[in-house]
Order: sequence, then C-alpha cells, then structure tokens
Amino acid sequence: MSAVIESHNHDDHHHGPAKGLTRWLYTTNHKDIGTLYLWFSFAMFLIGGAMAMVIRAELFQPGMQIVEPEFYNQMLTLHGLIMVFGAVMPAFVGLANWLVPMMVGAPDMALPRMNNLSFWILPFAFFVLLSSLFMEGGAPNFGWTFYAPLSTTYAPPSVTFFIFSVHIMGASSIMGSINVIVTIMNMRAPGMTLMKMPLFVWSWLITAYLLIAVMPVLAGAVTMMLMDIHFGTSFFNAAGGGDPVLFQHIFWFFGHPEVYIMILPAFGIASHIIETFSRKQLFGYASMVWAMASIAILSFVVWAHHMFTVGLPLAAELFFMWATMLIAVPTGVKVFNWVTTMFKGSITYETPMLFAIAFVVLFTIGGFSGLMLAITPADFQYHDTYFVVAHFHYVLVPGSIFSIMAAVYYWIPKWTGNMYDERLGKLHFWLSFIGVNVTFFPQHWIGLAGMPRRIPDYALQFADWNMISSVGAFLFGASQILFLFIVVKTVMGGKKATPEVWEGSRGLEWTVESPAPYHTFTTPPKVS
Amino acid sequence: MFKKATTSLNKTLLTGFVTLFSSNMFAAWGDLNMTEGVTAISKEVFDLHMLIFWICVVIGLVVFGIMFYSMFAFTKKKNPSPASFHENTKVELAWTVVPFLILVFMAIPASNTLTKIYDDTEGDINIQVVGYQWKWQYKYLEDDIDFFSNLTTDWDEIYNKTPKGEFYLEEVDEAVVIPVGKKIRFLITANDVIHSWWMPDFAIKQDAIPGFINTAWTIVDEPGIYRGKCTELCGKNHGFMPVVVKVVTQDEYDAWVQDKKDAAFRMAELTEKDWSVAELTERGEGIYLKNCVACHQVNGQGITGIFPNLAGSDVVLNDKARNIEILMEGVQGAAMQSFANQLSEVDMASVITYTRQAWGNAENGDGEIVVPKDIVEYKKPKV
Repeated sequence: MSAVIESHNHDDHHHGPAKGLTRWLYTTNHKDIGTLYLWFSFAMFLIGGAMAMVIRAELFQPGMQIVEPEFYNQMLTLHGLIMVFGAVMPAFVGLANWLVPMMVGAPDMALPRMNNLSFWILPFAFFVLLSSLFMEGGAPNFGWTFYAPLSTTYAPPSVTFFIFSVHIMGASSIMGSINVIVTIMNMRAPGMTLMKMPLFVWSWLITAYLLIAVMPVLAGAVTMMLMDIHFGTSFFNAAGGGDPVLFQHIFWFFGHPEVYIMILPAFGIASHIIETFSRKQLFGYASMVWAMASIAILSFVVWAHHMFTVGLPLAAELFFMWATMLIAVPTGVKVFNWVTTMFKGSITYETPMLFAIAFVVLFTIGGFSGLMLAITPADFQYHDTYFVVAHFHYVLVPGSIFSIMAAVYYWIPKWTGNMYDERLGKLHFWLSFIGVNVTFFPQHWIGLAGMPRRIPDYALQFADWNMISSVGAFLFGASQILFLFIVVKTVMGGKKATPEVWEGSRGLEWTVESPAPYHTFTTPPKVS
Repeated sequence: MFKKATTSLNKTLLTGFVTLFSSNMFAAWGDLNMTEGVTAISKEVFDLHMLIFWICVVIGLVVFGIMFYSMFAFTKKKNPSPASFHENTKVELAWTVVPFLILVFMAIPASNTLTKIYDDTEGDINIQVVGYQWKWQYKYLEDDIDFFSNLTTDWDEIYNKTPKGEFYLEEVDEAVVIPVGKKIRFLITANDVIHSWWMPDFAIKQDAIPGFINTAWTIVDEPGIYRGKCTELCGKNHGFMPVVVKVVTQDEYDAWVQDKKDAAFRMAELTEKDWSVAELTERGEGIYLKNCVACHQVNGQGITGIFPNLAGSDVVLNDKARNIEILMEGVQGAAMQSFANQLSEVDMASVITYTRQAWGNAENGDGEIVVPKDIVEYKKPKV
C-alpha cells in the first residue's frame, strides 16, 4: 500500500486537514487524534478535579457540611474512575499518537481508522458513566476498586451502566495499544533498531503490552459482576458458594499492572526532558530499557500486596512482600540514571525541566512510601488509611500528571508552532508544586495517626491537617485553570518556535518544522 | 444534595480560618506518627516502621543531595560545556546490587515479625466479630455472650447542630471487654459486605468478609479503653462504625461476664410478659432510632430509589406476617438485612409495632401490633 501512496506523492498535491467539525469526527490523522485525546483528557481532568474539590471541601472540617455520606461516596468513586481512565490514560494515549509516529519516523499510526474509533468511543463511555449521577439511586458509590459484594448485591442500579462504560473504556485502550505496538514494530525508519528507539517509544511499547494483557482481565471482572447482578450466578456471592476475595484477586491482577501503565510513559517523558535540558546524553539508556521491562514483568506478581489484610496464608504474604520490595531495584536504577544525567550537565530550568525534576523528587517520595507499604506487618497499620491515599497521590499527581504537564510544555511548541509564555509556565509550576505538597504531604501524617480512607467525616484529632490539606487542594485545583489559559494562549499565538525548539533537543520530531506539518515523514528518514 | 450551601460554607470558612491560626495546631506533633500501641506485636511493628522510615530518609538524603548539588553546580552558567559520559557498567552494577542488599536487610526483620503475627493458635478467650452495615457484633464463644456495638455519637453532632464531644465518632454503646494478660483470639467475618476490623493499639487489621472467617490474636497487658475503626469502604455509613475495646482486670472481667448473663435471663422474662401497645411503641422507637433510621430516616420515608418508604407502605399497613418475615429474613438482593440475630424477641416485636403505629400508619392500616410471643412463634421450626 505504501508504494501506491508514494506514486501519487507529488509536491503540489499537499493534503491539509479538512474543514469544520467533520475534520475531527472523521479524522485518521495521528496528530488530530492526539489532539482530541489530549483535550478530552483535560476536560476529564477538570471534571474529576471538581469532584476532588467537593471531597476536600467536605473534609475541610469535621462534621457533615456540604454533601451527604451517600453522595460523598459517589464523588470519591467517580473521582477515581475519571482520573484513572479519563484523565491519565487518555493523556498518555494522546501523547503516544502525537509523538510515536514522529519519533520513529513513520507517516502515521499503523491503523488509522481504528485509531479514530478508539478515540470516539471514549466520550460515550464517560457520558454513560457521568449520566449515572442523575439516575435513581445515584452513581456508583463503591470506590474505584469496586469490591464485591458492595458493587454487586449492594450496589445501586446504575452499576450496570458503570459495567458497560468500563467495557467501552477497555475496548478503547486495547485498540489504542494494538495500534501503538503495530506502529512501533512495523513502521520504524530504516536504521532505527529497537535499542535506538527513543525512550518514550520504549515506554509505550511496554505499556501497550501491559494494557493488552490486563484490560481483558478487567473486562472479565466486570462481566462476572454483571452475571452476578442480573443472571443469578454467584462468582462473588458467598451465600451462593462464591468468593468475594476472588474479585480482589482478579481486580488487582489487572490493577497493579494498571498502576505501571500510568507511570511507565512518564518515565519515558522524564528521560527526554532531563536529557534535553541537561544538554547531555541520557545516562544508562540500556539499563533504562531493562529497568522498565523488569518493572513490567514484576507488576504481574505483586498484586496481592493490595490485599495483605484479606487473610492470605503466611507463604503468600511473604512471597508478595518480597516480590514487591524487589520493584525498588529497577525503580532505583531509573532515579539514579536521571540524577547522573544531570551530574556534570549544563542545566537550564525551563518549565518542562522544573516539572520533570519535581516529578523525579516527588515520585521518589511516593516510591519510599511504597516500599514502606510493602512491609506486610507495617502494612497492617497503613492499609486503607490516608497513608495509602498520600502514597498513591504522590505517584499519580506529581508523578503521572506532572509528567503529562511537562510533556505539554516540552512539545507544545512543536504542536502549535508557538512558544508558551515562560513566566506563566513557571508560575503554574510553582503553584502546582506548592499545592500538591500542601495537599498530600500532611495526609501521610493523618494516615499514620489513624484516619481511614474513604470516610466523609473524621474524629477531631485529624481536623487541623485535614483543613491544611484542603487548602492545598483548592490551590492546586485553581492553578489548573491557569494551565488551561496558558495552553489556549499558546494555541492562539506567541513567539514562533524553531524546528529544534530547545537547544539540547534530540530526536526525529525536532527535525521537522514547527508546527509539525499535517503529514510528516511521508518518505522515511534515514537513521544512522 | 447541596444543603444550604452558601450559609454553611461561610460558616465553615470562618471557623476554618480561626482554627488554622489558633495555637493548638502544632500541639499534637506526637499524633503525626504511627501509634506504638500496647502489645508486644504492635511495638515490634512500630519499630519496623521506624527502621524502614529512617532507611528511606538516609537514601533520600544521599540521592536528593547529589541531585540538588548537580542542580546548583552544573547550571549552564557555571558549566557551559557538559561532560559526555553516558554509561559506566561498574557504577550501574553497584547501584543495582547495593539496593538489593539493603532490601534483604529490611526483609529479614519484617519476615520474622510477620511469622510471629501468624502464630495463630486457639486463644484463652475466643470472640467472633461480625461486621454489619454499619455496626459490629461480638460473640463470646465460651460464655455465650452476644451483643451489638453501635456508634453513639449523636447525628446532631455530626450535622453540626450541637458541639462535638471528646470522642466524636469514636464512641459506642457497648465496647468489647477483654481481660489483661490473656490470649484473645478474634474470629472475624461479615454478614453483608466486606468490612475491616482495625485496632491500631494492637496492630490488628483484618478484613471481615462474608463467607470467610479470618483470625487475629492479641495479649494486652495495660488496662484501658482503646479506639479503632472500620477500614474497608462498606457503604454509606462506613465512617460511622468505630471499634472500641475495653481492657480490664480479670476480676472486673469475671464480674462483667456475670452481669451479661443476668441480663440475658431478665430479657427472657420480658419476653413472657404481656405488653401494651404504648409500652411496645415506646420501646420500639428507641430500637428504630438505633437500627433503622440510617436508611429509612426519622420520618420513615427512606430515600427514594434506594431505601423504601415505611410510612404508608402496604406491608407495614396491612400485612403483619410479611412485615415480620422481612425483618427476620431480610430482603434478597437489597440492602435490607436480617435482624433475627441482632434484635431480641422483645426488641423485634416492639420495633415492628412502632413502625405500624408511627407516621399515621395506625390510622391508615389495620393497626395490628406484634408482641414478643409472635416472634417466638415465628422462630419455632415450621412443620
């Protein structure tokens, strides 16, 4: 097929985007679809964020002030689901769409029509999920981990819509992953061997395999729920001979790789940005690849560390504790590599670099608390407290989300042809950095002091730090409006960007002009 | 869902800032760490926590130290020409092997403590703990004592209508009582959804799962009242089902056991008594406010779409037999659980009678009441 296209590839025959709404509805262009994913993700980030604001407003003080416990549970459930499946994952898929073809020197994704489909089913999935808020009995209220039987026998009727929505999200993710894998495996420019691929491409190749492995498991879990609810089976119903713990095994067999799905692309992004702004080749490229692969493989044998208190036998507790601790080794290698890349570099601190450095530091703090959580006897005290909430928000907010923001600042000149406003970018960084730490650091303390997670009201000794945490959350939430403003301003105009944009940039995407033409690399570049 | 949002928000903000700048904010630094607890195991767990914490702090200082040094020493201004090295097998091998050894060093004490926690032989006293939405039941297997433990914090305190007490959300009507120095074994399960029984001072957290019995044990040497919570999301009132354990001397414990047995005997006498409608209704109102109000609400109207309305319900008005059956058996596939094991015959009869009398139901329905003997009759094996 490529031969046919090339034979028609005259210089005067330049395809630009179609006009109007149909450009976005029918598009098969990886750049358009990337843009769609990124805007969708940002919209979900704001909706999920608004729900977080409701949660923090209710927790501002002891007592019930703003919402009822029933609605509070719906907020925390939807906040989790929307942030995981609506904000972080689509943002990474959007970045993959924009960057993977340009980084490997391909003209587009390998399966452009499927690419369109995998994006356009997502808005429906979230429309279904959000519409459950207006159904009788309310939205799902059982937490984003939806443990049975709270999510089956005791669930509100809207759970069926939730199941349908998860199925659509899963189908979208699987299609997206197949596309990424096929593109990377088949469409690399001549000379680009696997071990010459940019790390973001590597991180997505591994992520895509993880997605294909575990999204069907999630689909299986929700299908079993559907059967229990509507067709009289008893997979998770103890009264019918089923097993509520089985649900948790299945869920976390999906859930733990899912956690790495949300962080591996961030590793790729941080590697590029630190390398660029240190003006020095990334230290330990090969070990970075091996570290990511090890983390991915280990992610399949650690799931029960989420379940230390369900009553597993001693042998299982020991195995999962040791396996979980092992993850610290490849993760440590990555952090050491980033630090060593900066060592003896020639560093400047533009906004993407600030976000990337904050990512390394704060993700590492989340890694430390993760190591503490791996210690089973101590986990008996940490489990399901705010210590866990602090831990996973440290790896997800200043982890995944900071990396996404870093990526936006880093590549937006390539996408739009305009430089963002550096002063505003830095302001956004500092507000977010302060906000995120004021929000989540005190949560370590209130968790250790004994505050369980997922409660709408708490005992009086937790009051002071909850209030401070809420203030931080409001600050962080408000600063994201500034982010929206900066992005819109950059799209509208600004200082023109050069093709290489950054002094130290490396990689094929910096060889095309800014903004990147609608079609890039219709003739593959030669990689030496 | 947003109740009087503006006025309560203003009040919230005002009191918020007062608290924010008051001096007691920093009074409680000691409360910011894990509790050491009062058992040998809980102290071991605390030491383990502190050990790992300090190891992480040291690693963090070294790594971030080098990072911050690089950030200041190798800026473009101070170091315009970057070095060109990009790999070093020896260094990379070292920072793979050394962390591994540190992990082994951590894993050894952790595995030892875990093995001790799993030393799960039968206790001197064995207590079955059952989680319900949203309360705990405790059954003393040797002494045939059986009671429920409910939150006593008033809903007016929770909704900010009255000042909050010292043990806000951490107080119950009846605590678990155990003696000092004896091995207590808890057999933990649940009746509806998954709950989790957490007592930080004993370092016990075990999920209560329907269909499973998990075990945990403790030996406590210090008498006192210890407070914990449910730690698994179990529905609407997950935040409102605390755990309270009262540790007493052996003599006090023996006296308590005797008291509980006498009370059971008196309850049996009450069942035989002839009850008037007024007596039943009065007793029933108390039972209703404790057990039913969370779902069916004070006015009996429930919450549309989730919890059925009792005021004017056909079953409550006209179908006494089905009314008893629902409370005794629960409703399959719905949040309504069986109260057969939770309420005595007297309490069961009075709470049903109360619902059949309150909210105008007596006037609109057949007005039939339920007496304790009806429940005794219901419980007899059916031929």
